[in-house]
Amino acid sequence: MAPDKAPRCFQDVILTLQTYWAEQGCAILQPYDEQVGAGTLHPATTLRALGPKHWRAAYVQPSRRPKDGRYGENPNRLQHYYQFQVILKPNPPDLQQLYLNSLVRIGIDPLLHDIRFVEDDWENPTVGAWGLGWEVWCDGMEVSQYTYFQQVGGLDVRPVSGELTYGLERLAMYVFGVDRVYDLPFNDPDSATPLTYGDIFLENERQQSRFNFELSDPEQNLRWFNDAEATAKRLLGEGAVLPAFDYTLKASHLFNLLDARGVVSPTERQSFIARVRDLAKGCASAWEKLETAQ
Amino acid sequence: MPQLLLELFSEEIPARMQKRAEEDFAKLMGEKLKAAGLEPERINTFSSPRRLGLVIEDLPAKAADVNEEKKGPRVGAPDQAVQGFLKSAGLASIDQAQIVEDKKGAFYVAKIERAGRATAEIVQEIVPEIVRAFPWPKSMRSGVSDLQWVRPLHNICCVFDGEGVAIAVEGVGSARVTWGHRFHAPEPIEVRSAADHVSRLRGAKVLIEREERKRIILEQAKALCAAKGLELVEDIGLLEEVCGLVEWPVTLLGDMDAGFLDLPGEVIRLSMRTHQKYFAVRDPKTQKLAPHFVTVANVEAKDGGKAIAAGNARVLSARLNDARFFWDTDKKTPLYTDERRDKLKKIVFHQKLGSVWDKVERVKELTGDLRNFVHADGNATRRAVDLSKCDLVTELVGEFPELQGQIGRQLAVIHGEDAGVAAAIEDHYRPVGPSDRVPSEPISVVLALADKLDSLGCFWAIDEKPTGSADPYALRRSALGFVRIVLANSIRLRLALLTAIAVGQGVSISAQVQSGALQKKMADALRSAAGTAAFQDYVRELTRTDARPSDGKFERQTEREILSKGRDLLAFLADRLKVQLRDQGKRHDLVDAVFALGDDDLVRIVARVEALDAFLKTEDGANLLAGYKRAANILAAEEKKGKWSADEATGDVDASKLAEPAEKALADALSKALPAARAAVEREDFAAAMKALSTLRAPVDAFFEKVLVNADDAALRKNRLLLLTRLRDALSAVADFSKIEGS
Repeated sequence: MAPDKAPRCFQDVILTLQTYWAEQGCAILQPYDEQVGAGTLHPATTLRALGPKHWRAAYVQPSRRPKDGRYGENPNRLQHYYQFQVILKPNPPDLQQLYLNSLVRIGIDPLLHDIRFVEDDWENPTVGAWGLGWEVWCDGMEVSQYTYFQQVGGLDVRPVSGELTYGLERLAMYVFGVDRVYDLPFNDPDSATPLTYGDIFLENERQQSRFNFELSDPEQNLRWFNDAEATAKRLLGEGAVLPAFDYTLKASHLFNLLDARGVVSPTERQSFIARVRDLAKGCASAWEKLETAQ
Repeated sequence: MPQLLLELFSEEIPARMQKRAEEDFAKLMGEKLKAAGLEPERINTFSSPRRLGLVIEDLPAKAADVNEEKKGPRVGAPDQAVQGFLKSAGLASIDQAQIVEDKKGAFYVAKIERAGRATAEIVQEIVPEIVRAFPWPKSMRSGVSDLQWVRPLHNICCVFDGEGVAIAVEGVGSARVTWGHRFHAPEPIEVRSAADHVSRLRGAKVLIEREERKRIILEQAKALCAAKGLELVEDIGLLEEVCGLVEWPVTLLGDMDAGFLDLPGEVIRLSMRTHQKYFAVRDPKTQKLAPHFVTVANVEAKDGGKAIAAGNARVLSARLNDARFFWDTDKKTPLYTDERRDKLKKIVFHQKLGSVWDKVERVKELTGDLRNFVHADGNATRRAVDLSKCDLVTELVGEFPELQGQIGRQLAVIHGEDAGVAAAIEDHYRPVGPSDRVPSEPISVVLALADKLDSLGCFWAIDEKPTGSADPYALRRSALGFVRIVLANSIRLRLALLTAIAVGQGVSISAQVQSGALQKKMADALRSAAGTAAFQDYVRELTRTDARPSDGKFERQTEREILSKGRDLLAFLADRLKVQLRDQGKRHDLVDAVFALGDDDLVRIVARVEALDAFLKTEDGANLLAGYKRAANILAAEEKKGKWSADEATGDVDASKLAEPAEKALADALSKALPAARAAVEREDFAAAMKALSTLRAPVDAFFEKVLVNADDAALRKNRLLLLTRLRDALSAVADFSKIEGS
């Protein structure tokens, strides 16, 4: 079971996972070109989980969480990071084993490390989605989220999809024994131009944190949120589900930006979440109808 | 007799659900078997992350045969009745029934003989029913299957009497096969019996018994600690959880960077427990946390666990680094800042009751009221109130909500607050459970009482009282905590007034929140009325169990509402006191007898109950109670007959009409005992009051022995009834003796 060539850098982890899941029949997609808070929000997961059609895909998704910005000063927290997302619909009965094999492929030997499935029920209230599953621990470190989707956009999903999310930076830090994310080797450390994660992203974390907490314009973002919401509704009215979903994602990210500025009170927060959820539900049910009709 | 083994093999079951699932499985199996005519004596269960199972020894190979006679309609009854009988008895035609004669004539009888079904067949039928209806707290579907289970179900291993039993539920099949440890023994294993199942799985590195896993974890952990001169911080809840996360426990001692030991100890312990499921370790000499932890792995690693221990240590360091970052940030500013206050204004305490800061302001008002009864420095108390909730918006409490109060105290100390103020920040949540410490320092006491009283008053104001088992805001705990603080510190409160004020504040805030406008503060009206005669009357009336809202000053709608809710809250607090006294072994009837007096001073109530309890244990007390009962019975009987009225009872005993020496003696004794008892009650010396009353015992006994109450002479009779009325009044000064049982 030992891998031929153990990954040596961040991008090796990505390439290895892509190769592995391609072997399992997944379509290897590229990141979605909207700002999203999690890989799940890629339409390849949120929308494709709905309806009767079978589906298998895997992709890297940059994820933005404005509130998690730490100006590049925290060794673990980032406002922009990568998730590796896998969705198999319906989930095969041996999905757990397939997942464990992927860990072996990136160099985690289950007879040397302690791998555990610890209860963690996943929920994303802004898209009305939930599922049951675990966080997967490797020596006490959460390396993945493993979920059997039960509802998306407030709708029961049949068949059920199995969804895997690998937190790539954390996983890589663990595999390579690195304590500070910026020290991760990004490309081959023996190459002519070795690059670390920090070479590529440290300045971005500094500037984006400043933007998220100090420079973003809450009034403008509130206007844009209202516009995005109105556009999503209009597009849904026109039956243009996929563009409507794009505007739902824009609204969701604008809400996150507002939240990072601390201008959202707890009560307003609920109402913002409810507004995004309504859009997501609209997209979900329209998409499901489309998929079921075909 | 044959044995049944059943194992439901699935993906990882949440640790917190396993134990309960064992109980539910046994219960459902027992019920279903019973309904099928099998009554197992004992059902043993087991569970682990990947399995839930049971074993029944001594299950018969088949259910008992059924022989019963079913009586039908009379011979010649209408066809409809006959057809109905055939259907219910399972007969094809009436020829199959027998005809039996009795006094009333001939009727049909069906003899039903059913051979008992084979147990294996019954099991095949009931297991799918149980699986489909299993009461998991949350269950799910997976893939294309319709089956709902806690996580995907993969196999049912069912062996009865050494044979595999075929069971199928939505595509999940059964066999004599199971699987061992996920990584150590992934090959299928065939089992023949329960003992075989246990021993083969043990060979495949799975321990199916929870108790065994717990024992091993604890033994290994203690041994690891002892070998390094350390001591395990035992934690039963964590042990239960950890034993549900492993099938093959391998306990490891890990090292923690000693540099973290300057973080608050609770932060370290909680990081370990809630996030990582590690046990903490301490130095037995200093009793302080040691820079180590115990983790329980699920694998016998090739390197003896070195990589696992090192990996876990790194994860813990990352966690504690986060905690240190929070702690350093929190420490930078004093506990109270305007920024923290503004954050508290944004946190909703309850939708109808405003923000957490609104609560702080109400609590501050109540501490003013409470300081009329407890001596505590005003400025320091107000300072403590301002600080009391500030730690809720610190980074560290955001991460570890369980540390509310503790972090506030530490920050207060660091920034040089008064020691009493700092202690009050932590202690105002106390007591949180029956074994928790009760605050005793004045500022802590006032703050703890005010915080609880405010919650009670507010939730009473909006009708969110505990009902039955539902108590979402833990108000019973608040009320009991309130009572315990009052008693432990012997605080003399006018509780009727305080409960009304607290409810008044609740009504004000909920009106403010709902209308958005600042309403007249109802509590202030009550406060300003508190010294008036009308309010004194009200309080007296309020504390009577049969009281109605008073007239006059408190007639207006809102005031009536406040007073009636306040009274209800007072009764709720009194109930907590009753429970508390009953738990201490005080007779419930004595508690009732004192409560009936309508006192609202909890300390005085307890003193009365204790004096009464002691008094009734003496011979004088017991006899006097008998005398009281006799007097009360006579008076009640006369009242019932209409021969004695309340008007007559108000008269004075006429000394000139006292004929017998015994009644003269009683009148004499009463005229001394009554003022003595009242005076003793006045100065709250209830033992002395009882002692004064005990002088009545001999005259009362003699009176009943020598004197006929219902004399022919109306004047004599009236005088004697008056004498008994005075006796009843005298005893009522200390308790309502009519509530006391026995004689």
